[in-house]
Amino acid sequence: MSTIEEQVAELKAQLDAMQSKTPSNKLSMIVFSGDLDKALAAFIIATGATAMGMEVVMFFTFWGTPILRAGNKNVGGKDMMGTMFGTMLPKGADKVKLSQMNMGGMGTAMMKSLMKKKNVASLPEMISLAEELGVKIYVCEMSMDLMGFKREEMIDYDGLSFAGVATFLEEAQDSKVQLFI
Amino acid sequence: MRDDINVDKALDLSGLACPMPVVKVSKGIKEIEVGQVLEATTTDPGSLTDFPAWARTSGNEILKTDQDGDTIKFYIQRKA
Repeated sequence: MSTIEEQVAELKAQLDAMQSKTPSNKLSMIVFSGDLDKALAAFIIATGATAMGMEVVMFFTFWGTPILRAGNKNVGGKDMMGTMFGTMLPKGADKVKLSQMNMGGMGTAMMKSLMKKKNVASLPEMISLAEELGVKIYVCEMSMDLMGFKREEMIDYDGLSFAGVATFLEEAQDSKVQLFI
Repeated sequence: MRDDINVDKALDLSGLACPMPVVKVSKGIKEIEVGQVLEATTTDPGSLTDFPAWARTSGNEILKTDQDGDTIKFYIQRKA
């Protein structure tokens, strides 16, 4: 029969172990889509979550990666495939298109002007707001490599870094909310 | 209008669309002391459900909600 002190110590150890497993008040999001509408939704949820007092992590992968390209940065030294991807994929948040009703760009242009009229923040504005609110961004290293994107052509964003799946999963395990967009 | 609500800070969020009202109110509440009251004015109908959800999650209290046409006024007491 163990003493009371031993039993209390054991309970305390169990409690500590449980606490270390409790996820933080954090939102982890994968942004896989490269569409304007979906990217907007992702950033609205991200910034809204910071208002709710949550820590927010966004992981950009595959088609989501070009959203973070800087419109005004040009980098050379790409191979043929890299140059092709670079030309065919949108160069930054201002160039991404709607997933539906794009109509050769007309639909996207109409949506943007409607958003302005209705005072809905644009995607570049939402990205700046996310930066200001401390939303952390990871860009998938493998997608960058696959599409031939260079680190130098991504936006200047405080809290942006490059990572892989393990980094996301570590964050996701410690998050109450996880989303895939 | 209750007379016993003393407003310490007023925030005009008129014309702003989701998620701005909630983002700005969460910033504004940090600019007053615990116990003080923030008056937030919005014209976003979504804020009628969003502000209470935000208040519950952030642990603040909406003392009163006034609606006059499209204009909604929230009186929020900082609790945490």
